Amino acid sequence: MIRLIPRNEPSKAMIFLSPLLALALTALTAFFIFTFILTDIEVSSVFFTLFVEPLIDTYYISELLVKAAPLIMIALGLSIGFRAGVWNIGAEGQYVIGGITGGAVGLYFYNVEGFWLIPLMSIAAILGGMFYAGIAAFLKTKYQVNEILVTLMLTYVAVLFLSAMLQGPMRNPSGFNFPESRLFHDSALLPIIWQGTRLNVGLVVAIMLSFLTWFGIKKHLSGLQIKISGSAPRAAKFAGFDDKKTIWFSLLISGGVAGLAGLFEAIGPAGQITPGLPQFYGFTAIIVAFLARLHPIAIIFSSLLIALTYLGGENVQIYFNLPSSITNIFQGMLLFYFLACDILIQYKIVFFKTIRQRL
Amino acid sequence: MKYQLEIQNITKSYGDLKANDDISLNIKPASIHALLGENGAGKSTLVKVIYGSLQPDSGQMQWCGEEYAPKSPFEAREQGIAMVFQHFSLFESLTVAENIILGLDDIGLDADFTEQITKYSKQYGLDINPQQVVGDLSVGARQRVEIIRCLMQNPKLLIMDEPTSVLTPQEVTDLFVTLKKLAEDGCSILYISHKLEEVRQICSHATILRGGKLVQNCNPQDHSKQELAEMMIGKKLIQLARSNITTGKDIFSINNLSRKSDDMFGVDLHGISLTIKKGSIVGIAGVAGNGQDELMQLLIGEVEAPEETLVFKGEDIGGLNSHQRRQLSMFFIPEERLGHGAVPDMGLNENMLLSRPEKSEMTNYGVINWNNVEKLTQQVIDDFKVQTQSSKMQAKSLSGGNLQKFMVGRELIQNPELLVVAQPTWGVDAGSENNIHQALITLADQGSAILIISQDLDEILTLCEQIHVLSEGSLSAAVDMEDDGLEKISNLMLGSEQQ
Repeated sequence: MIRLIPRNEPSKAMIFLSPLLALALTALTAFFIFTFILTDIEVSSVFFTLFVEPLIDTYYISELLVKAAPLIMIALGLSIGFRAGVWNIGAEGQYVIGGITGGAVGLYFYNVEGFWLIPLMSIAAILGGMFYAGIAAFLKTKYQVNEILVTLMLTYVAVLFLSAMLQGPMRNPSGFNFPESRLFHDSALLPIIWQGTRLNVGLVVAIMLSFLTWFGIKKHLSGLQIKISGSAPRAAKFAGFDDKKTIWFSLLISGGVAGLAGLFEAIGPAGQITPGLPQFYGFTAIIVAFLARLHPIAIIFSSLLIALTYLGGENVQIYFNLPSSITNIFQGMLLFYFLACDILIQYKIVFFKTIRQRL
Repeated sequence: MKYQLEIQNITKSYGDLKANDDISLNIKPASIHALLGENGAGKSTLVKVIYGSLQPDSGQMQWCGEEYAPKSPFEAREQGIAMVFQHFSLFESLTVAENIILGLDDIGLDADFTEQITKYSKQYGLDINPQQVVGDLSVGARQRVEIIRCLMQNPKLLIMDEPTSVLTPQEVTDLFVTLKKLAEDGCSILYISHKLEEVRQICSHATILRGGKLVQNCNPQDHSKQELAEMMIGKKLIQLARSNITTGKDIFSINNLSRKSDDMFGVDLHGISLTIKKGSIVGIAGVAGNGQDELMQLLIGEVEAPEETLVFKGEDIGGLNSHQRRQLSMFFIPEERLGHGAVPDMGLNENMLLSRPEKSEMTNYGVINWNNVEKLTQQVIDDFKVQTQSSKMQAKSLSGGNLQKFMVGRELIQNPELLVVAQPTWGVDAGSENNIHQALITLADQGSAILIISQDLDEILTLCEQIHVLSEGSLSAAVDMEDDGLEKISNLMLGSEQQ
């Protein structure tokens, strides 16, 4: 019989080994899928296209970083809430709203040049995202409405609101009635940091935010407040922390950062606002946050890993005609195995003979 | 047959730790035999060996003079050994009779089953109605259900684990009558406790364990409570005494505090009033679940109190949160250690930050000064002899007594003018209890006020010079301890007398 027995103390080795184990198990499962289900293709070349090719070509590397930046930002915000037990599932909606409010400012000043424009747009985007997440905070603190439902459902509202805006006030006046905004002018576009690619300062901002979050969690009382509110709500009250403040704080932060990420996508790689603005980053960031065990620096690496599955997935779609949902399968398997392997940090597997025991 | 149960040289190890090291004891038929020892002394291991849920590494047992080596509790029960656990295993939605049937092996439901229950309940003074739903019963009554369930198996040995820790003094007296009657009828009782006064009262034999080893087999009535305690902890106890009770001005008052509980199953508080002077120790006695938790929440500031109901140093503090109250030098030690007074999976140093005044050397505009936190944590660990490998150990890795010492130290190091403490020595061994009591007395001697909310009447009687009783959400006036004070308290605890 196999049993899970609690360890006396968390295993240090397993903290590092479990992600590797999860990766290995994901690869193994993928191998079986490719070998036994998709029998007509060569497994090794699919693996190469999926995992190696994006890492040996400068274009792919730059794209990897472009995709990782918004994931880092959104996951950071979410990780704060998840630590506090506040489940913001609708970062996608806050991302879209941030893109709209920030983008609207840029479009309003479409013929004005100025270094102040991007900061102003950023503030508008952050406020937009905060407002949108704030709805959930208000309903939760005032009426105990579950924030998971509110944030998730508001995501669909946000996407519909985006298409309404693009068919109305934000539509490009000289765009042949396509539901797209004007292209942002140079003053409103994020500066490129790697010439010849689409990589912009968004990545720098994301990495700076990671270190800022790390500092907050390690060195500031608010980090302690969030940690305690999540793991021991009664102790949080004993320490004089207000649980409503924690809910507001974590939702506003995650909403604000998601809003900023939405704007950066619009004035970065996209260059305009289109119905294609929402790219599932808001949902994928949940996976990113948990793969990083909510650690702000580890989020950088888990974002890169997830970005790799995006690129790899696109490539196998192009070269092998496999469906793009390959990406989702990989992300799902990774998260599943990762969470499953993490149990080995607190528990060990013991094999023993069965003994009939009656209590 | 000379002995009901003979235990010879039992040894049981967990890894390097010898939980039981060469333990021998003999239980006479029809006797009440105490098993004494601090937490971790090896009491539960020994009991598990007797009850068959653990097998010893070496040693033998004889039951009624015959070889006895149970492989499971089932075998132990077949031999006539029954056990009443500290935590009851009853289904609240079922009736007494249904619960009793469920607990029995190989007994079917028949017509005179309830009659049998009534027979036992009459015979041993176990007042119980078989048709009542368990959810409606008091803790004492639930224990009676457990005992009847054991008696249905006609046991020759009944093991009772800390049976009185949840009972009122009156219920304890009733239980003792039952136990003595049982022993007279030929059932031996193995009585596990660390309440020495009780043991001296009803037990004729005692086995004392310490650190897994047998200290002594003796008659507890030949030794004083103090001697027994010292055998248990293996060192001298400090004699507790207030050096000078000099009470000063009123420092804290609760004025006609009423509050309806937010929780459906909570207790509403009705018109609670109390005044504490500087330098005095005030005790609130009462059985758990009579409003202690609700009162504590209001005192800590986890729940807002109505205006002017809580006044500390002339200031209305009802609307302040806990660290604003701490800033005024009012500190708290809640009853529940893990999850309330400390976060289980955080280190002691992080837990140090839970209790901090608004302005503290530990933080500066919200930025944590880890050096100072570390220094203070280390100071608490040293001053209060908290046994831990480092200040970074998780709170849940400490034993109950050690964590309690840490929590008491964490508050005392701030030199509180008022300390509110719930169950200061709940689940703490005798040595630590002695240290904690001494620390509280020293604090009061220095002129601070202390409010103790405790179920442990001995503790309240030892420490407090002003005693109130909390019952069904109402607080009595201070009990006049002259003539029959104890009886008055007992009646108040049962809610049978309004003062």
